Formats: sequence, C-alpha cells, structure tokens
Amino acid sequence: MDALLHQIFSGIASGGIYAGLALALVMIYQSTGHINFAQGEMAMFSTYIAWELIDYGTPYWGAFFLTIVFAFAAGVAIERLVIRPFHNLPVIALIIVFIGLLVVVNSTASWIFGTTLKTFPSPFPSEPLWNNHYISNHELGSIGVVLIIVAILFVFFRYTTLGLAMRAVAENPISSRLVGIRVSWMLALGWGLAAAIGAVSGMLVAPILYLDSSMMGGVLIYSLAGAILGGLDNPWGAAVGGFIIGIMENVLGAYVIGTQLKFSVALIVIVVVLLLRPAGLFGRTVVTRV
Amino acid sequence: MGALLSVKNLTAGYGETVVLHGLNFELREGGITAILGANGAGKTTTLRALCGLCRRRGEIEFDGKRIDNLVAEDVVRLGVAHVPDGRGTFAAMTAEENLRLGAYLRRDRDGVAQDFENVYTLFPRLKERRSQQAGTLSGGEQQMLAIARALMLRPRLLLLDEPSFGLAPLIVQEIYRTLRTINQQTNVSMLLVEQNATLALDLADHAYLVETGRVVISGDSETVKADETIRRSYLGY
Repeated sequence: MDALLHQIFSGIASGGIYAGLALALVMIYQSTGHINFAQGEMAMFSTYIAWELIDYGTPYWGAFFLTIVFAFAAGVAIERLVIRPFHNLPVIALIIVFIGLLVVVNSTASWIFGTTLKTFPSPFPSEPLWNNHYISNHELGSIGVVLIIVAILFVFFRYTTLGLAMRAVAENPISSRLVGIRVSWMLALGWGLAAAIGAVSGMLVAPILYLDSSMMGGVLIYSLAGAILGGLDNPWGAAVGGFIIGIMENVLGAYVIGTQLKFSVALIVIVVVLLLRPAGLFGRTVVTRV
Repeated sequence: MGALLSVKNLTAGYGETVVLHGLNFELREGGITAILGANGAGKTTTLRALCGLCRRRGEIEFDGKRIDNLVAEDVVRLGVAHVPDGRGTFAAMTAEENLRLGAYLRRDRDGVAQDFENVYTLFPRLKERRSQQAGTLSGGEQQMLAIARALMLRPRLLLLDEPSFGLAPLIVQEIYRTLRTINQQTNVSMLLVEQNATLALDLADHAYLVETGRVVISGDSETVKADETIRRSYLGY
C-alpha cells in the first residue's frame, strides 16, 4: 500500500512537470491550431540561459524572471522569423518546420553549452514538509507553480479581450481580421507566451532530471499525451491530463507493464484518445450548423 | 452631399483570375446601395476588394481618404464593418463572445454596453441565446449574429454580403425589416450585395447591376426596378 502511494505521489510530481509543458503546447494550439514539436527544446534552451545567469551569480528568482523574459522574446522572434515565412503552407509542411526547429535548437544547445550534465538548483527548501517521504518540496512547489499558471491562463483566455482575440485568431483568421485583430501579432504573442511557460517548466524539470540537451525529449511526449487527453483547447484540461499521465506512467510502469515499457503509455494514450474522443476529456466538441 | 464611398475603375481577382474588370460606383452617406447580379458576377469579390481581402487595383475612396492600399485590419479601423459571405461566425465561441469580438476596437466601455443593449433589442433571439455556442445557432440566428457583430463596431459603413442566403423567406423578411430599422435609427450607410433583386430593391435607394465584373445598369432603385432587363432577368415578371 505504501509502495502504491509512493508511486501515485511521484506520478503527481512528474504529472506537474508534464502539465507545465502541456500548457505551453495548449498556448500555441489555442492561437494557431498547431502543435509545436520544438516546445520542449525551446524550454531546454531557456533553462540553459537560466543556468548561465545563476552561474554568473544572479540570484535564483532574478534568473528565473530574466529567463522568462528572454524566452518570451525568443518565442516571438522565432514565430516572426522562422515560422511566418511558412505560414501559408499546408500543415504537413509546418510539421516538418517544427521538427527542423527541434533539431536546430537541440544541436545549438549542445554546441553552445556542451554535453555534460549540469545540476540545476531548486528554489524550494530541501527538507521535506512534515518529514514526509512521499513528495519533496520541489515537487510540491512545481505543482503549485503549474496551478498558478493554469489559473492565470484561464482568466486570460476567458475574461480578457486579448485572450479572446487570440482564441478568435485560432478559430477564424479572416473574421478576426474583419473585426480589426492584427492576426500576425496574435500568433507571435501566442508563441512568446508559450515559450515563457515552457521556460518555467524547463526550470522546474532541470533540478529533477539534470540539465542536458536531451532533457525535454521524453517530457514533450508525455506532455503531448497529457494535453491531448485533457483537451488541447482547454488549459485546465491539459493540466489535469498532464497529472493523469504522470500517475498512469508511474503506476502502470511499477505494477503492470514494467518500467522499460512505461514510455509506451504516453503513445498508447495519444492513439486511443485521438481515435475515441479527439476533443479530449475536457475539450469542447465544436458543432456547426449551416 | 458628397459620396461616402467612391470606387473608380476597380479591378480585382484571385491569383491569375480577374473577376472585376473596372468597376465604378458611389455610395452616399446614410444611404443604402445594392449591388445586384447573378452567381459569379463579382458581387462578393467587390466587397472583399473594398476590405483588402483580395488582390485589387483602382481607386477606392472612403470619406475622402484613399483606402485601396490598406489591409483589412486597417479598413475596419476607419469604421467599415463587413458581414461576410458565409457569415464568418466564430463557431466555437458563445454568441456573446462573438459580439465582444465585434467591439474589439472599441475603448468606450459604456458605449459598448449600450450597444449590447441595442443589438439585443434589435435581435431579441440573440439575447436568449447569448451563452450558447454560436455554431449551434440556426442559419437565421447566425446571420443576425453576423449583423449584430458588425454593428458592435458602431460602423459608418456596413458591407452586407447576401444576408438572405440559404434562409427561409420569413426569416429573410425579418432580417430585411431589421436592416431598414438599423438604417433609420443609426443612419449607418449600407452596401448590400444580393442575388434576390426584389428584396434588395425594396430596401435600397440606389442600385447597380453587375454582370461579369462590370456595372451594366445603375441608378436609383425605382429606375432600376423599371428597367426592362432587370424586370425580365432578375425580378421575373
């Protein structure tokens, strides 16, 4: 029983990490209808920036917020310079661009920052709360940060004009232009926000997995599974999906299919959800009458 | 009174295809002008060209300013609201969110709140359905929503692309009655594109008949109505 509880708690902890990156995926999906396969690599690159800043002696939270600003600017720049020229191509071509971006960011990171594993600090105290042996403070803190991001995103998309405009652009770019929304800036803004959220998730992953250029590869697949399971158009759903995937991965890995095969859980979830319920558990199915 | 919109020698098309071959027309402030024509005559393209949604050449002057080099996002900033072909509904959003998007450029909160009241008075059914997903509204309700969304801009010129398309006759009558009310209450000018010539000529004060991208007949509605060609080919008696 204790062992099962252990697995569930570490599932929730890794779920928090998947939820963070899933939110970044949802951000771009909400504004463009695309899934950015390079999201994990961009997060990893930003985490290196944070590492460098901390290495120069910047205090943790200073480095944390500077990195978010850097990631936002880089996200906007990548959209304007790399993605924009391919904007009118079919989705399949864009997928190739995203994969190309993944490879380029990954190689650039290894080239600039080297390939040795780096330790990354956690901002949370190391002594576990109430001396529990189920979950560390870093894991609890990460979950808290993810929940805060979800809440901010929810309010942003639901109640602000800017959030409404971003959703409008994803749904109907022509109608959006006709009400005066500058579509291309909304897309860039979506990329910027996604990159910023991705950077946060990268900085939360790094203390657990060690910082290295392949750190986010697996995380991206789990996050994608979580986002699809919860619903790509719904920040709450994607976050919940991330947690469910984390728990499933750990529990199934420990008791059912073994740790070697637990990676396939994510892929199976993706396939099953897309077959049976493509909008995800909490996504809205859009009905259109004509 | 000078023209609010004046179009000279407008050509427009998509890719290699030229649809409009030098169109000329005018619209006076507060008036309703109809552009009539069969399928493929270039009616929708005319509206799209005015908004910068397709490739075009020629002179388009709105309120004394040339707008033929502006992109769609900037044309709307001058107060030109387009009710597009196919209604342009944001289907996944609620009716109310569609209306909020219509007011995207407005910064006067009180005025926007007032306009929500106004459009709900004009279209009471939208008020009943305001929290419903817009894609699930009936065709007529979606057309009302599209007009209401355009009104939320508090526009000076309303471009209407076949508001009768695919709707039951009773609904069409209701929509046309409301358009007349809107014109009388707010003095917003309207450029109406319509296949149904009878309807359009009843509402409009001026009309142009377009055939294969050129204006072939123009004048005030009564004159156009009396024209032999129009009577036989478009009014059907």
